[in-house]
Amino acid sequence: MAVARGSRAPSKAAKPSAKIAIPQLEWNQVRPAPVVLVSGTESFLAERAIRQLRDLVKAEDPSLEITDIEASSYGPGELLSLASPSLFGEPRLIRVAGVEKCTDALIEDVISYLAYPADDVYLVLRHGGGVRGKKMLEAVRAAAGVAVEVVCAEIKRDADRYEFASAEFRALGKRVSPGAIRALVSAFSDDLAELSAACAQLASDSAEEITEVTVERYYAGRVETNAFAVADSAIGGAYGDALALLRHALASGADPVPIVAAFAMKLRTMAKVLGTRGGSGQLAGQLGMAPWQIDRARRDLSGWTGEGLGRSIQVLAETDESIKGAGRDPVFALEHMIGVVSSRGTL
Amino acid sequence: MTVWSDLTGQSAAIEVFRAAAESSLRPRGEAHPTAPPTGSPTTQPPGPAPAQATDARGATDSMTHSWLITGPPGSGRSNLAYAFASALLCRFGGCGVCPDCTQVAARTHPDLAVLATERVIISIEEVRKLVSSSQFSPSVARYRVVVIEDADRMQERTSNVLLKALEEPPERTVWILCAPSEADLLPTIRSRVRSVRLRVPSTGDVASLLQRRDGVDAATAERAARESQSHIGMAHRLATNDEARARRAETLDLALGVRSVGDAVRGAARLLEIAGADAQAITLERDAEERESALRSLGVEPGQAVPPALRSQMKALEDDQKRRATRSLRDGIDRILTDLLSLYRDVVLVQLGAPDSVELVNEAIADRVREVAAGVDPAQTLAAMDAIADARRRIAANVAPALSLEAMLITLAEAGRTAASRKVSP
Repeated sequence: MAVARGSRAPSKAAKPSAKIAIPQLEWNQVRPAPVVLVSGTESFLAERAIRQLRDLVKAEDPSLEITDIEASSYGPGELLSLASPSLFGEPRLIRVAGVEKCTDALIEDVISYLAYPADDVYLVLRHGGGVRGKKMLEAVRAAAGVAVEVVCAEIKRDADRYEFASAEFRALGKRVSPGAIRALVSAFSDDLAELSAACAQLASDSAEEITEVTVERYYAGRVETNAFAVADSAIGGAYGDALALLRHALASGADPVPIVAAFAMKLRTMAKVLGTRGGSGQLAGQLGMAPWQIDRARRDLSGWTGEGLGRSIQVLAETDESIKGAGRDPVFALEHMIGVVSSRGTL
Repeated sequence: MTVWSDLTGQSAAIEVFRAAAESSLRPRGEAHPTAPPTGSPTTQPPGPAPAQATDARGATDSMTHSWLITGPPGSGRSNLAYAFASALLCRFGGCGVCPDCTQVAARTHPDLAVLATERVIISIEEVRKLVSSSQFSPSVARYRVVVIEDADRMQERTSNVLLKALEEPPERTVWILCAPSEADLLPTIRSRVRSVRLRVPSTGDVASLLQRRDGVDAATAERAARESQSHIGMAHRLATNDEARARRAETLDLALGVRSVGDAVRGAARLLEIAGADAQAITLERDAEERESALRSLGVEPGQAVPPALRSQMKALEDDQKRRATRSLRDGIDRILTDLLSLYRDVVLVQLGAPDSVELVNEAIADRVREVAAGVDPAQTLAAMDAIADARRRIAANVAPALSLEAMLITLAEAGRTAASRKVSP
C-alpha cells in the first residue's frame, strides 16, 4: 500500500504548466496513487490502464475490494461512505466511470476528498473528455503528491499505431519484422482494440518470428476502406477496383448514404474547377476552397468532360433518391452509379 | 363585420359553412327557434308548418361532425377553418367581435384545440393527446372544435389514430381537417369526413385584398398577386417586402443564366443560400424570442447559466427549433422551385402560341421570356419542367437538397446552352 503514497513522483512526465502539479503518465506507465485520473478519449487504452492498475494493486494485497460506481447517478456522500475505513483494513479500489457526465455532488465530494484522502484507498476517475467537471479536474491536477493523471489521447497517426503494435509484440515477448507490423496496421486502421486483438492472436499462434508471410496468411484480403477511397477509384476510371472497394466498404459497415455524399462532394469540387484557369492559389479565394483541393480536382478531371460530369451528378441524385426509399436495392443503385461514374458519364 | 368577411374568393365554400353554422344554432330535432311554437295562437295558415320542418331538417343535416377543407396552398384553408370554428363557438354565430371570437382569433378559446406543425411531420404523440382531449364535453360553448391544420403531414400510423375519433366523436365535438388535396389523406379518413373544396382565388381577388388590407398600390398588388400565383400569404410578402421581391428576381435570373456544369453547381449553392436566407428571415427572430421566454418562464435570469436540471427542457426547445428550420428551408426551396416552374410555364405558353387572354405569371420579365422561348424547342422546355418537378419530388423524399438542385440546374443548363448557341448562329 505504501506505493507512491506521499512520495513525490518524478516530474519528467509532467508538462511545464502552472496548473498541472501532478505527474502525467502514458497509459502503460500507470502506478498506484490515492487518486488516479484517467483522462482522454481513447477508451480502449483507458480500460487497459485501469486493468493494469487493478492487477498491480491486487498483486500487492489479494484481499483488495473493488467498487464500481457510475458518475452520472452519483449521490452526495457516496464516496465518503465507500472510502471510510473498513473493519479488516483491506485496501479498496473505487472506480468511477463516466466522470464526463458526473453529477454536481461528485464534483464537490471529490474536491473535499482531495484534501483528506483515505488510507488504503485508490480512487480511479475515468474522464472521457469534455468540459464537464472542469473545476474538479483542475483541483485534481493541482493536488500534488496525492494524484496522478494517465493521459489516453486518441491515436490518430499511422506512426503511432505502428508504435502501439510493436509495443504489443514486445510486451508479448515476440520478435516481429517491420513489414509485418506495417501490414497489420494497414489492415486494422480503424479500431485500436481490433489491432491489439490481432497482435495477441498472432503472438499466441506462431512460435517463431512473425513476418509478413504470417500476417498475410491470417489477414489476407482484409482491406479497410471508406467512402472517399471508393469515390477516388471510381472517378479515376477503375471500375473493377471501385466495385471491389465498395464491397469492402459495405462489408466493414459503411452506409450507402454517406458513400453517395462522398461522390457528390468530389464531383461538385470538380465541376467548380472545370474550365477555370490560373494558379490554384488565386482560384482558392474565388472558389472558397483550399489550393490543394483545387490541384487535386484538376488531377481528377483528366479525361472528364462537362457533359460527362453533368450526367454523373444527375445519376448521383437519382441514386440518392433510390437509396432513400424510391428504389428496392440500395447496393444495386450504388453499383450502377459506380458504373456511370467510372465510365466518366458516358455510359 | 363577421368572421367571414376577410376571406377572399371562396364564396361557394363559405356558403356551405355558413349554412352549417346557422343550422347548428338551432337545437337538434326541433324547428327553428324563431319559428312560432306549435299550438300557440297564430295567424299563419297551418300549411307552411310541415315545409318549415323539412327546411329545418335539411339545414340540420348540413351540419356534421367531421370536415375536411382542401385547396391549393395559400387559398386560406386554415383561415376558413378558424372562421368556421368561430361561428360554431360564438353565441351569435360568428360576429367577429365578441369575446368568443376574439379568443378563437388568438387561438386561446377553451373549447378550441389546434394542431398545427412547423416541423416536417405531425408526431403520433400529439395526435394521441388531441384524440383523448376531444372526448371532453365543451366547457363554455355549444361545441368543442378540433382543428388540424396540416392533416397531410401525418404518417399512416398517425392517421390511423384519428380514425376512431373521426368516425364516432362525442355528440358535441367537431373535427376540422385541412389538407392541400383529398389524395393526401388515407381513403379511410376521406370516407369519414365531409369534404369542402376551395378554388384558386383569381389574381384580381388577391390584388384587391392586398390593396384593401395592406394598402399596397394597384400595380404592385397586381404584380405580387400574379407572381405568387394567387398564394395569398406569398402575395402579401412579395407586395410588402423588397427583399423577398429581390430574391425572387435573382432566382429566375440565375436559372436563365446557367450554361455549364460549373454554373449549375455554383447556382445550386446560391439557390440554397437564398432559400436559407429566406427561411432564416422567418425563424431567426422567433428562435431568440422563444428561447428568452422559455428561460423567463423557467426562472433563469438573462445571462445566467442554465442549471443542469433544466438543460433537457432547453434541449427539447432547441430540437424543436431545428426541426422547424428544416421545414422552413424545405419550404423555401419549394417556393423557389414553384417560381421556376412558373417561369418555364410562361416559356412553353409563348412557344405554343397561347392566346393573349392567358396571362403570363412573369409579366414583368416578358421580354426575357419571349427571348428564351424563341431560343429553345418546346420539348426542351418540357424537359426543364420535368427536371423541376423531379427536384421537388426528391426534396420531399429527403434527398440532399444541394444534389437535387444541381441535377435540376444541369438540365436547365442544357436548355440555356441551346438558347445561347442559337442566338449566336443566325
